[in-house]
Amino acid sequence: MTEAISDSLALAGRQMRHIRRMPEQLLGITVMPIAFVVVFGYLFGSAMQVPGEGGYKEYIMAGIFAQVMLANITTTAVGVVNDLNNGLVDRFRALPIARSSVLIGRTGADAVLVTWTCAMMALVGYLIGWRAHNGVLQTLGGFGLLLLMGFAMSWLGALIGLTLRNVETVSALSGIIMMPLAFLSNAFVPLDGLPGWLRTIAEWNPVSAVVSASRQLFGNEQGATSGALPAEHPVAASLIVLVVLLAVVVPLAGRAYEKAAAQR
Amino acid sequence: METAITAEGLRKSYGDHHALKGIDLTVPAGTVLGVLGPNGAGKTTTVRILATLLQPDGGRATVAGYDLAKQPVEVRRNIGLTGQYAAVDERLTGRENIELIGVLLHLGRRAAKARAAELLEQFGLTDAGDRMAKTYSGGMRRRLDLAASLVARPPVLFLDEPTTGLDLTSRLALWDTIRDQVRNGTTVLLTTQYLEEADQLADRLAVIDKGTVIADGTPDELKRKVGGERLEVAVADPADLAATARALAAVSPVDPVVDEETRSVSVPLTGGVAALSAAAAGLDELGIEPEDFAVRRSSLDDVFLALTGHTGASDGQPETDPTEQQKSGPRKSAQTKEKEPA
Repeated sequence: MTEAISDSLALAGRQMRHIRRMPEQLLGITVMPIAFVVVFGYLFGSAMQVPGEGGYKEYIMAGIFAQVMLANITTTAVGVVNDLNNGLVDRFRALPIARSSVLIGRTGADAVLVTWTCAMMALVGYLIGWRAHNGVLQTLGGFGLLLLMGFAMSWLGALIGLTLRNVETVSALSGIIMMPLAFLSNAFVPLDGLPGWLRTIAEWNPVSAVVSASRQLFGNEQGATSGALPAEHPVAASLIVLVVLLAVVVPLAGRAYEKAAAQR
Repeated sequence: METAITAEGLRKSYGDHHALKGIDLTVPAGTVLGVLGPNGAGKTTTVRILATLLQPDGGRATVAGYDLAKQPVEVRRNIGLTGQYAAVDERLTGRENIELIGVLLHLGRRAAKARAAELLEQFGLTDAGDRMAKTYSGGMRRRLDLAASLVARPPVLFLDEPTTGLDLTSRLALWDTIRDQVRNGTTVLLTTQYLEEADQLADRLAVIDKGTVIADGTPDELKRKVGGERLEVAVADPADLAATARALAAVSPVDPVVDEETRSVSVPLTGGVAALSAAAAGLDELGIEPEDFAVRRSSLDDVFLALTGHTGASDGQPETDPTEQQKSGPRKSAQTKEKEPA
């Protein structure tokens, strides 16, 4: 057990070294999300009408955080495919180490990186006027929930990567998955303007639940709900969805890893 | 002699495609088995199964005395694997690549560092050790890959086409390092498409085609099996080919093979020196001055051609009718042919 942990740490350390070796990668995971905060907060914010006094800046932050967490699908999937196709997975699998440690190291490292991204975004958000109103604990709870989502998305990405084994396919597919999840949700726009059926879909979209939950925990305004169950109890709903998702995806990814073979 | 690797009836299918149809192999400890075969013959599948990366559908195997199915972790503790594509983390330095393996093998950080320094030195990578592996040449990557598979000093080493895509110098250097390992008692299972590589490194060969072992033995045994020596005569003028063929036909029970392209004629040499001098006299009588007059021992190329109907370098699909190829005589190739002036 301790060996599995130290192996996972060693493998996660490998990815941290990548960042140190190529600082431009750090820029990539920092600048883009910050640009989102600024573009959405300032540019779109001036045109968007949302409920509450905080305005669009307050409304949008939870949404952008969630979108960054969704993007972990691609990050992890591409990383896994690269390791697979350059033979590193073969090398690791032929070593007498716990096989889980490779995936845990990967998703763990991606979680650390996305935490960094999150922190930078929060900082810039704060600078342009975003505030959390419910005190430290609830605020941390909101971030915790978002990061749990990021972690679950990483495992989903690992499963996708190990199943499809091709960078182009993986990027295309994760794009296709992410688009509706991000945009058919309350991440960027309030749902009350949507036609009824679309609104129902959007309210049952798990991303909406996570976004609503973190808005609630941050004390950011989110407007009226139509009474859909996940919209009424967003924290409970998102916790259940994420835990169930992890419970399904982690063993599936583990199994895919056992059988993983590079596609060349 | 102790056996390092045994495989009995290994089978593996992907849907309708039977990649392995019952592979049997035995490798005595401290020896090199060359597994030879065209692309798609099942070489890599065999290695992946023996290295615990793939579950066979049937059959059993032991590696370093451990049962593959029951003790995979013990097997992993005793093997090194170098795959077809150099498995190095491009964005780590050479040193970090090896250290990472050492840490994952629980050598402890200090010992992992020491072992990395040692291996970098041994593989001539000390100067490049602190550069990102991304900047390495193909040969350097292969050496780093091999070094990474030797961190634990495994008694059994699997090398899957270790020199594919390397230039000659790098290939020769890699051969030397493989020989060093064997000298230190390591058992090696080496797959290759290069007949010369097998000839150079392997104690015994197993030729695999379409998922089965179609021949095995020492390189010499295989070469003898396919028919000893041939007399090969090349002429300057294509018009002389027919006459040359007549002269050679007189000294051999088998019809000579005429290759228009290389303007040469060859026959199996069965009559020894007497046949040679008779052939020379016959040519002289007809007034033919050969450009080349040589006795050639069959190379592994010929072995492969004879056994599979296609050469090792082809991609498993003979480009032309195999009989066509045989008619055109010994194939030209990059192999060093043993030519002795008669």
